[in-house]
Amino acid sequence: MANVYKCEITENTQLTGEVYSLVFSCEEIAASSYAGQFVHIKCGKERLLRRPISICSVFADCVRVVYEVKGEGTKWLSEQAAGQKLDILGPLGNGFSLPEGKIIIVGGGIGTPPMLYAAKTAHGSVTAILGFRDKSKIILQEEFEKTCDEVIITTDDGSAGIHGFVTQPLEDLLSKGGDNAVLSCGPQIMQDGIIKLCKKYNVPVQVSLEERMACGVGACLVCACEAFDMKRVCVDGPVFEVEMKLP
Amino acid sequence: MDLSVNFTNIKFKNPIVTASGTFGFGREYAEYYDISKLGGICVKGLTAAPRLGNKPPRVAETPMGMLNSVGLQNPGVDAFIRDELPYLRKYDTVLIANISGNTIEEYAEMTQKLSDAGIDIIEVNVSCPNVKAGGMAFGTSPDSVAAVTGAVKQVAAVPIMIKLSPNVTDIAQIAKAAENAGADAISLINTLLGMKIDITTRKPVLNNNVGGLSGPAIFPVAVRMVWQAAAAVKIPVLAMGGVTTGNDAAEMMLAGADLIGVGTACFDDPYAPVKIIEQLAQYMRQNKIERACDITGKVEIN
Repeated sequence: MANVYKCEITENTQLTGEVYSLVFSCEEIAASSYAGQFVHIKCGKERLLRRPISICSVFADCVRVVYEVKGEGTKWLSEQAAGQKLDILGPLGNGFSLPEGKIIIVGGGIGTPPMLYAAKTAHGSVTAILGFRDKSKIILQEEFEKTCDEVIITTDDGSAGIHGFVTQPLEDLLSKGGDNAVLSCGPQIMQDGIIKLCKKYNVPVQVSLEERMACGVGACLVCACEAFDMKRVCVDGPVFEVEMKLP
Repeated sequence: MDLSVNFTNIKFKNPIVTASGTFGFGREYAEYYDISKLGGICVKGLTAAPRLGNKPPRVAETPMGMLNSVGLQNPGVDAFIRDELPYLRKYDTVLIANISGNTIEEYAEMTQKLSDAGIDIIEVNVSCPNVKAGGMAFGTSPDSVAAVTGAVKQVAAVPIMIKLSPNVTDIAQIAKAAENAGADAISLINTLLGMKIDITTRKPVLNNNVGGLSGPAIFPVAVRMVWQAAAAVKIPVLAMGGVTTGNDAAEMMLAGADLIGVGTACFDDPYAPVKIIEQLAQYMRQNKIERACDITGKVEIN
């Protein structure tokens, strides 16, 4: 169950410019988490609030998160070395429910890491569409290629993969039919586009949201989100299912 | 050694109470420990009708503190009585309901409903900095504090505690106004009004522009105001504002607190309130203090 654990870092390495991959050992979190959940990491004694970071994958007794350095807390985190201990609360949140059959997984930028966990634990065939700003920002491509039946890369500037946004290949796939669900995580504008397409083709969609948090357990209500009736991103989300009309 | 405290003729098994707005309706933290260990639970602020609160972002981190602008998101007093109170009643702890009204009539109406529903104590919030009507507007003048206090006392069947705002010039005067109007207790401090600006975008981080500051950053301000307010009144005091350790709790008691509220500390550590109870007991053992209430107000002023 979710609890506070003191976890030893086994690896904390830079993937691209501001993006780091952190692995820590924690039997309990590794055993009880599932795709779409997050861990709430204390980033130094001098910072009051923990930082919520999605789980990217679990293996053996270890948990991997991939995070972007955005402020002082994540900068502190990027400076911690293997062997040091972190104070981690987790696993937290309502993650993805993975349906049977064919699914499409969409990740945008730093929203990509939790989708690897979803791809690894999916029951049927998975097509992943991963969008990045440019070639230098691409992360986790090899891991997705090992896990998924098909991986489509898009970049905003065309420096790798399809030139454009994830919504273009997504519409191509959805228009062919046969997909049971779309699961996504990424910038809000991307997810708005995905929801619109899924409504058009009447395919159930689950989106993982990001919001500033404090408690992480549903008590303080600071992370309420407007898109889903001011529900709490930390416990009602971060994954929300968008209601579809019945066929 | 006796940790129990008699507060408005209600026995608390220890002086630690969760602060309103930081503990939901207890369910979330009950997954981590037995919440019957707590002296009391003060639930999320209630309003007469359900409220969705303010637009996000609603939180900003500050040096050893945080700003929030939740704006009293809650399901309303009726839903609380129907859906939450029966659950909370399963626990052996004192239950405090926190209420905010847009009008004096709403405060009285909620007091009546919660008295009938069998809540133990009502904390009257005249100090929320995050709502346009009511809230802090009632708490910053002695006359309006007295008016709200008088109105709820007329219909209350349970002790009434007035939660005071720190955003005032003379806290002693406000505390006295509450006492003179019949309040059974006071609680303080609510959050301090604050602001954080993103220097890149030049926009305030909070969508509401301003919000309430809490956490260790406000602790010395809280100690000072508790000392001033407690010295001005004879009614008991529930003190909160940045308490993070058992030593902080002891310091608050020396300043004049009968009970201690723990709030923002829970966000850092879900176990904070139970750890603070243990640490306070340790302080008492080390200093050979027989009863927790023996140190209330025992600061030796220079």
